[in-house]
Amino acid sequence: MKRIVPIGPYHPLQEEPEFFKLIVEGEKVVDLEINIGYNHRGHEFLAQKMTYDQVTFLVERICGICSDSHPYAFVLAVEDVAHVEPPPRAQYIRTIIGELERIHSHYLWLGLAGHFIGYNTVWMWVWRYREPLLDIFELIMGNRNHYAINKVGGARRDILPEHYGQIDKYLDLLEEKNTMFTKAVLDDPVIRARLENVGVLSKEDAIAYAVLGPTARGSGCAIDVRKDDPYDAYDKVDWDEIVFDEGDVLAKAKVRLLECFESIKIVRQCLRDMPDGPIETRVDEITPGEGICRHEAPRGEVFHYVRSDGSNMPARHKIRAPSFMNIPSNVVAVKGYSIADAALVLAAVDPCYCCTDRTVVLEDGKKKLTGKDLLRLSWQKTERLRRRYRR
Amino acid sequence: MSVVRVLFSYIVFPGLIFTAVVGLFLTWIDRKVTARIHWRVGPPWYQPYADFLKLLLKETIIPEGSSKVLFLLGPIMGLVAMSILAVMLFSMNINPHNTFVGDLIVIIYLLAIPPLGLMLGGSASKNPLASVGVSREMTQYFAYELPFLIVIAGIILKSGGSVKFGEIILAQRASGPFLYSISGVIAAVVILLSAQAKLGFVPFDSPEAEQEIMAGPYIEYSGVPLAMYKVVRAMMLFLLPLFLISVLWGGFANWWAILKFLLIIVLMILIKNTNPRLRIDQSLRFFWLGIGGLSIIGLVLAVYGL
Repeated sequence: MKRIVPIGPYHPLQEEPEFFKLIVEGEKVVDLEINIGYNHRGHEFLAQKMTYDQVTFLVERICGICSDSHPYAFVLAVEDVAHVEPPPRAQYIRTIIGELERIHSHYLWLGLAGHFIGYNTVWMWVWRYREPLLDIFELIMGNRNHYAINKVGGARRDILPEHYGQIDKYLDLLEEKNTMFTKAVLDDPVIRARLENVGVLSKEDAIAYAVLGPTARGSGCAIDVRKDDPYDAYDKVDWDEIVFDEGDVLAKAKVRLLECFESIKIVRQCLRDMPDGPIETRVDEITPGEGICRHEAPRGEVFHYVRSDGSNMPARHKIRAPSFMNIPSNVVAVKGYSIADAALVLAAVDPCYCCTDRTVVLEDGKKKLTGKDLLRLSWQKTERLRRRYRR
Repeated sequence: MSVVRVLFSYIVFPGLIFTAVVGLFLTWIDRKVTARIHWRVGPPWYQPYADFLKLLLKETIIPEGSSKVLFLLGPIMGLVAMSILAVMLFSMNINPHNTFVGDLIVIIYLLAIPPLGLMLGGSASKNPLASVGVSREMTQYFAYELPFLIVIAGIILKSGGSVKFGEIILAQRASGPFLYSISGVIAAVVILLSAQAKLGFVPFDSPEAEQEIMAGPYIEYSGVPLAMYKVVRAMMLFLLPLFLISVLWGGFANWWAILKFLLIIVLMILIKNTNPRLRIDQSLRFFWLGIGGLSIIGLVLAVYGL
C-alpha cells in the first residue's frame, strides 16, 4: 500500500519551507516529489531596479549561510562586464573571506547532520567551534553574518595586520578540532552504520543531474571551479581537491570535513602571501555588455549572469545557486531507502531553499503569468495584508 | 487496611503524585546533564514542573475522525499502570514479605502497558506520521521485550525458581546482589538497554524521531493528554532504574541505593548523549542478534549458577 509521508513545507528537518512528498510502502521510499516555490522573493527582478552597489547588498541577502558567495559571484560578473581588475590585496581578502565562509558553512552542515541522525552532542560541539569563527567575522567586518566585504572593483574593508594573529590562533584551534571531528565520524561504528551506503548517488546519476560542489565530489566527479577556472587568489595558493567515489552520505561528510583542512591551508597561505597596497580600484562606468561568473560556493558552483546597458543598474541579472542543481538529485538518491534514511539523504546535499526557489505558473504546459503579472499579484497581496493588519 | 489508606498509597505516596514529582525532577537531571555535555547551561530545576503546568493550561485538541476514547485512553492507561507499578515496587522494597505468587509477571505486564497505550493512542490519531511511529514502536517493543524476558527468566532461576518479586529481593539480601556475577552483569546490561528503548532514549528513539516523523505517535497530542504522556515518561524514568536495582542490585536496602540509582540514571544519560539514533531495522537486529545472544548466554550461565 502506498502512502504519502510529507516532509515539509514546515518540518523540523528543514530550516526553510520546502515540500518533499515521500511516497512510501511501509518504511521504504518508492518515489519522491519535490515542490519548490514557498520562499520566492524575486531577487533577480529586484536587482534590475537597483544600482550596482545596492545589488551587492541585495544578493548578500539571498542566503544567510553562504552570504559571501552571491555578492562575490556578482561582483566578479560585473567586473567581467566592465573589464576591471581588482588590486591584488583585494583579491586575497576576498579569497580569505570566501574560504572562512566555506568552513563556517561546512560546520553548520556538520552540526545539522549530527542533529538529523539524533546525535545532538555532535551538533552542539560542532557549533561551539563554529562560534569563534563568527567572532572573527565580526572582528574583521563588524558583522557575524552578511559581511558586506565585496564591492565592484575590490573589497570594502581591509584585514588589518593586527588581526592576523587572531585568525591564525583560530585556525590552529580549528585544525585540532577538525581532526577530532574527522576521527569521531570515521571511527564511530554507529555513525558509520547510519551513514555508510545510504543515499548512494552514482557517478552516472551525478553527471546526469549535473550536481555540483561536495555532492558531486562525493560521487567521484572532480569538479571545482576554484581548480578548473581559478579566479582571484585561488591560482596563487597550493591546495588539493577532495574527491571520494562512494557517493553515499558518509562520502559527502568526508568531503566537507577534509575540505575544511584545505580551506585552512588556503587561508594560511593567503595571510602569508598577501601583498600590501590599495584594496579597490575606482569603477566609474559599467560599459554595455554581458558578463558571467562562476564561483565555488560551499554548496557548489554559483553562477551569476549580468547584462549591462551602460546605465547604473543591471539590465538583466540571472542567478543560479548550486542547490537548484543538487536538490533534484534526491529523487534518485532517496529511492529504495527507508524514511529514516530519507531524512538524512535530503539533508546531505546541504540544501539551501531560499537560493533554489523559482516561481512559474503553468497551465496546459504554457506559461500563464508573466513576471509583470506575478509582480502585480504580489503588490495586491501586500496591499491586502497591510489593510488587514492596520485594523 | 482502610480504603483511605489504599487510595492514599495509589494516588499520593508512593503512587501517582510522589512518583510523578520525583520523575519530573529526574527529567530535570537528564536535561541538565545533557546540557552540560552539550556545553549549554541547561534549564533551572523547576523547568519540568513549569512545562507540565503550562501543558495543563493548554487546549486539548482531538483530531477530527479519530477515535476519541482510544485517543484519550492511551495516556491514561500508562498513568494508571505506572501508579500501580510504583506502589508495588515501593511496598516490596520496604517489606519484601509483602509479596504474592506471580507478582513479577504482573510487574512485567505493567511495564508493557505504557508502550501499548502509546501505540493505541497513536494509531487512533489517524495521522500518517503517527502510524509510521506506531509501527516502529511496535517493532521496537518486540525487539527489546524478548531479551528482557530471557534475562528475567535468568533472574528467576538465580533466586531459586520463585516468581515472587519480594523473594528475589530477600534472596539478594541473604546471599548478596545478583549483579556481582557474570550473568548478573549481562542481565544489567540487557535491562539497561531495554530501559533505554522503553524510555525512547537515543539510540533507540526512532519511534518518535523528531527529525523524521515529528515525534511519531505523539504528533497529534496537545494539552492535558500530552502532559500525561510526559508524566508517564518521567515516572518510567524513575521506576525502571528502581526495578533494575530491585532485581539485581539488592533492592532499596540502605541509603547507598540512592547513589546506585543516580549512577544508573547518569549512565543512561551518557548512553543517550554519545550515540546517534539507530534505524529501526538496525535496532531490531541489535536487540535480537546482539543483545538476544548475550541474554541467552546469560541465561545459560545462570543455570550453572555463575
